[in-house]
Amino acid sequence: MTVGEFRVDKENYDNFPVGMRVLAVDDDLICLKLLETMLSKCQYEVTATSEARVALNMLRENKDRFDLVISDVHMPDMDGFKLLELVGLEMDLPVIMLSANNDAKLVMKGVSHGACDYLVKPVRLEELGNIWQHVIRRKKSGSRKQNNQSVDKGKDNQTSGEVNGSPSTVNRDLQNGKCNRKRKEDEDEGEDNGNDSDDPATQKKPRVVWSVELHRKFVAAVNQLGYEKEAVPKKILDLMNVGGLTRENVASHLQKYRLYLKKLPQQANMAAPLGVRDTAFMRLGSLDGGLRDYRTLAGLGRLRNTALSSSPYTMLGRLNSPANINLHNITHPSHTHQNTALARMHPVLSPSSQNPSLFQGTPSSFDASINDSGIFTGANAFTDTSNFLNSTQQSSMMLQGNSAGFRNQSSQNMASFNQEPSNGGSIIGSSNLMEPNSLLSTEPFMNSARENNLTNGHYLVNNSIENMALVSLEDARGNVNERLGGERGQNYGHTPSNNSNMFGSINTTTTHVPSNNGIVSPFNRRLDQNIGILNQKMDMFLNGGSTPMQQINDNGTSVIESRARSNENLFLEQHKLQGGFAPQNYDSLDDLVNAVFKRGDETTPNFDCGLDEFSFGQDL
Amino acid sequence: MQKQLAKMKQSLFDQGYLDEQFIQLEELQDDANPNFVEEVVTLYYRDSVRLVQNIEQALEKNPLDFAKLDSYMHQFKGSSSSFGAKKVKTECTQFRDHCRAGNADGCKRTFQELKKEYATLKKKLEVYFQFARQAGPVEKACRPK
Repeated sequence: MTVGEFRVDKENYDNFPVGMRVLAVDDDLICLKLLETMLSKCQYEVTATSEARVALNMLRENKDRFDLVISDVHMPDMDGFKLLELVGLEMDLPVIMLSANNDAKLVMKGVSHGACDYLVKPVRLEELGNIWQHVIRRKKSGSRKQNNQSVDKGKDNQTSGEVNGSPSTVNRDLQNGKCNRKRKEDEDEGEDNGNDSDDPATQKKPRVVWSVELHRKFVAAVNQLGYEKEAVPKKILDLMNVGGLTRENVASHLQKYRLYLKKLPQQANMAAPLGVRDTAFMRLGSLDGGLRDYRTLAGLGRLRNTALSSSPYTMLGRLNSPANINLHNITHPSHTHQNTALARMHPVLSPSSQNPSLFQGTPSSFDASINDSGIFTGANAFTDTSNFLNSTQQSSMMLQGNSAGFRNQSSQNMASFNQEPSNGGSIIGSSNLMEPNSLLSTEPFMNSARENNLTNGHYLVNNSIENMALVSLEDARGNVNERLGGERGQNYGHTPSNNSNMFGSINTTTTHVPSNNGIVSPFNRRLDQNIGILNQKMDMFLNGGSTPMQQINDNGTSVIESRARSNENLFLEQHKLQGGFAPQNYDSLDDLVNAVFKRGDETTPNFDCGLDEFSFGQDL
Repeated sequence: MQKQLAKMKQSLFDQGYLDEQFIQLEELQDDANPNFVEEVVTLYYRDSVRLVQNIEQALEKNPLDFAKLDSYMHQFKGSSSSFGAKKVKTECTQFRDHCRAGNADGCKRTFQELKKEYATLKKKLEVYFQFARQAGPVEKACRPK
């Protein structure tokens, strides 16, 4: 008999069972030899081992190496049922149980663990001749089953932890007559749950509860590894480094997670990592992975934008409260990221959409510049500050403002707004300024970021503000200065009220959102670079984002002025706040201002224009 | 030679030493595995020695660990039945029954029987295989595929 002469070709059913690759596992050498010989006789390609561990390793090494597994029930190093479960869970291969014992209870157990078949030793050649049917059957119902399985498995996992399953699944399986992982989970009907056996390896583990914290770690690990390829349970488990957690726990949880992500709508998927959604998965996921994902952020931005404009915008709402937090988060982990994201978001945003427009104009320009340094981060900073402020709105507003093109400015403002916890409203005001701007976009961004981290958001805001500040400073150093000076003075006086107003305004007009509040926010040292870059960008932006700007302009330069003022106020406030509160980025407004002033020479006319156009001080 | 061999085999079956499983093994014998049955049996006797020793040791303990004994016997039964050692298998089953009943004496008695059968079969098969080797090729040729 030639064995293995024909490779199993799944598509080629004519040849099929010939060459079917079987893995035989039995601790009894005689039985194993017999089995091996018989299987060879059936023209299967046999691999035999007397150790379950070895078998598992072989299976894990290459999941496509075998079509079918035949295993003895009674083995010293691992219970056959346990092996059965693992194989089904990880490799989804049909498994046939073998035993000298034909006790009905054992047979039931085998079935409930997901065995395709249960053979009693000594096995006859004829019986082995038909085992290929299980492979075909499984393949045929594979996709369907898999979906069900995963769903059920997910459900099962949820309900019963790793190994347990619900009787219903068992029933269903039985009805379907398919080998199913679910069956495995269902354990046994009444027998011991999980694997009963003296073998510690098969002892049932206590059910794992996936707490938020645990899940967060899980997602962190998954994202770190790379969701698509590298996130295998073993590695995830290692990364998580949680005691008492087994690979199987992680495996089942991963499966659920994957299902979860699949079910999310496209955007959601994008946002998911960012944690846009409130689901545990999302939140956690986003925390870990979202921030890094520009696209996601951008997407979020998109989401946000729309959201911002509309009250239902949850993010915004959330921003209000946890917003600060989120913003922080967003920015925190990756300033640059956020910046870019923001930048991106801008482009994404369309002026048309209320909020989305936020960054639309800006993104292009900002992108260029922002990525660079902190310009975007400025926006980020914005968020940061906003976080700081507690009011997501603020941050969003600020961001929006930033996006408007004043990103820097707005960010500054926002930052300032953010800075002031009390000024929840102020920022908003600033954001109002930049209506078309991307602040909205940023907001979504921030929102997502928000979800992710407070700190990030904070950073975001700060950064943005800084950037804005830089830019504005650069460009309109003089202006800024003036503004700073004058505005500040005025603002100071006003600040409280302005702030409140701004916030108030922002609150009322979500659409406005970010406007240039943060013009003056020499938050970061980055200002230098940012400013330079920003200046250029501003030009671009201004030119490019004319629309939004125009919109802003419509309001009138006065608006800008006022905004500037408000921005100033905010800025000042922020500065003050920052001194006290601002954890990130700019340490003190003074520093920033100084920096800005130093840079003064770099002012770019464009920026000024831009600022004006954007009605920098649109209206604080 | 062959006739003798056939007769031997027949008597083994008639006496209940071997059952159909043995024939299954013979059917697996082919050009690739010319001495398959003999190999299996040899492996069995080598491998089961350890198991028999374990059981004996366990039987000397007091009180008897029936679960363990049952487990050993399960293994032993599996191996024995895999090549068709009918009488040995029967004794194994009986032993397990005693274990489940908690019948220590029954276990010990049965085990003695089991050992006897085990040894007897070994001898008989040794003779058989000797003949088979001598008569080998012809036999294979005769066997329908």
